[in-house]
Amino acid sequence: MATIVIPFLEPIENLRDKILELEMDTRKGIDNSSELDKTRREHEETVNRIFSSLTRWQRCLLARHPDRPYSLAYIHDIFTDFTEFHGDRRFGDDPAIVAGFARFGGEPVAVVGHQKGRDTAEKVRRNFGMPRPEGYRKAQRIMKLAAQFKRPIISFIDTPGAYPGIDAEERGQAEAIADNLLVMAGLPVPIIVVVTGEGGSGGALGLGIGDRILMAEHAIYSVISPEGCAAILWKDPARTEEAAEALHLTSPDLQQLGVIDEVLPEPFGGAHMDPGGMASTISDAISRHLKQLKKVRPDVLVARRYKKFRAMGTSTDR
Amino acid sequence: MKKGQGVPRGLWIKCDSCGAILYHKEAADNLHVCPKCDHHFRLTASQRLASLFDGDRYKVLFNRVRSTDPLGFVDSKAYSDRLKTYQKRIGPQDALLVGQGEIDRGPTVIAAMEYGFMGGSMGSVVGEKLALAAERCLDRRFPLVIVSCSGGARMQEGILSLMQMGKVSAALARMREKQLPYISVLTDPTTGGVTASFAMLGNLNIAEPGALIGFAGPRVIEQTIRQTLPAGFQRSEFLLEHGMLDLVVHRHELKETLATCLGYFR
Ligand SMILES: [Zn+2]
Repeated sequence: MATIVIPFLEPIENLRDKILELEMDTRKGIDNSSELDKTRREHEETVNRIFSSLTRWQRCLLARHPDRPYSLAYIHDIFTDFTEFHGDRRFGDDPAIVAGFARFGGEPVAVVGHQKGRDTAEKVRRNFGMPRPEGYRKAQRIMKLAAQFKRPIISFIDTPGAYPGIDAEERGQAEAIADNLLVMAGLPVPIIVVVTGEGGSGGALGLGIGDRILMAEHAIYSVISPEGCAAILWKDPARTEEAAEALHLTSPDLQQLGVIDEVLPEPFGGAHMDPGGMASTISDAISRHLKQLKKVRPDVLVARRYKKFRAMGTSTDR
Repeated sequence: MKKGQGVPRGLWIKCDSCGAILYHKEAADNLHVCPKCDHHFRLTASQRLASLFDGDRYKVLFNRVRSTDPLGFVDSKAYSDRLKTYQKRIGPQDALLVGQGEIDRGPTVIAAMEYGFMGGSMGSVVGEKLALAAERCLDRRFPLVIVSCSGGARMQEGILSLMQMGKVSAALARMREKQLPYISVLTDPTTGGVTASFAMLGNLNIAEPGALIGFAGPRVIEQTIRQTLPAGFQRSEFLLEHGMLDLVVHRHELKETLATCLGYFR
């Protein structure tokens, strides 16, 4: 279970602990079925109550939940025969992005995604899911390979953002992201993007151009983190929750703004409560969209992708 | 003089680099470059366009495109009010002025960012006008020049600002496919989502000397790594050394360099 307690989830976690204890007692032969039923009902009601009125900031906390499944977990659940490939052939291999090929429903596909670490050592190794330029370049290499062999691309988005460090700047963080945007816009194969956790600004978008943009219910996707926004616009880090509200960064927000195509409902209590269930929802969605996209001629696919992004934004000329 | 050019009002200005006190006209006659130390002062978008087009002449394009405040964003002030203030102070162009004219007698579209308008930030209007500019170039087989000067994506339009990076990059991909030249000119400052999209996507990337160019802002990097940054970090010359730029060009030579380069591709 979570080592970091997220305050608004505490009542749910307390009830879960209580259920586990009661279940243990039941196994020991103690009859507590009425209390167990009552606690389970209470748990369900509490989850429903809390999840029916989530604030945008609470969704940020869910998107960053320490037990939330990360890309590799989904990849192993959704695909078969996954082989991870390494390196950008320019500088190195960035563990903050994973890339490779796998089979989906028997058919070969390319898979790319941000990757966060679970324990401290892995977190550090994967740089908390914050890629350096070589990560974006590795992903581009694999995506071009997919185009060469006419394989669809599935991209998983989950990053706080691209790494803001001296080495990343020296090696062209901006260029690496920019070039991915340009290249992904033109790849003549279906691209399905799934925002599973944190969609942190340009670092997310660098793997985020596609024909379908799907988003897990409690994922977030934003131009800037609420913390960064509060510090810049409010000049007060304490106003992070307000910034989260103002930024409209949740899945219903993005659907309403025409940025994403579909919200993928999360299991009861969030993806971290049932990673397998979430994976199966994502898998079904990929299957549905891939079926449609595979019927589209490559040039039409690219033209529609252009139209899709061309239409994003709101302005008037009257 | 308008605010936001790095030059205060009045007859006399002080160079923010060498501290020299200059007669305003002296700087203006020198394309707003300090005659003492060569520091490049920031230009407004209209000064920029005039400095690059033949005979200082150009037709302004797409200048009716306006933001609609899609999120109803309010921080210390409502975004809609902020927009009105800037429109009154700077003009209707938002953070981008697009002009069509000639460079060395060849028809060219130049889009110059307006730093004075909310730090040159890119929201839907900047993205839309850049897409329209690229589409005009595709239509008429014109080359495109974008002069960047921006702190990045506009927070007040949230995710829609981020998506402009994808939109403009996709339009540039089309230009590349149709063999139409696009030259990116990077000026002080060019950071964030602008650098991580069209500013780094030129067939050629050309910067003015001493410009701050980067993905993350220097303060963000310092806070992340908790150390002071080396001198010259993220300046044009640093990027040239690291292979991110084709050229660093003095403002006095910029027009001629653009003419020469566009000539290679026409
Ligand atoms: Zn000076």
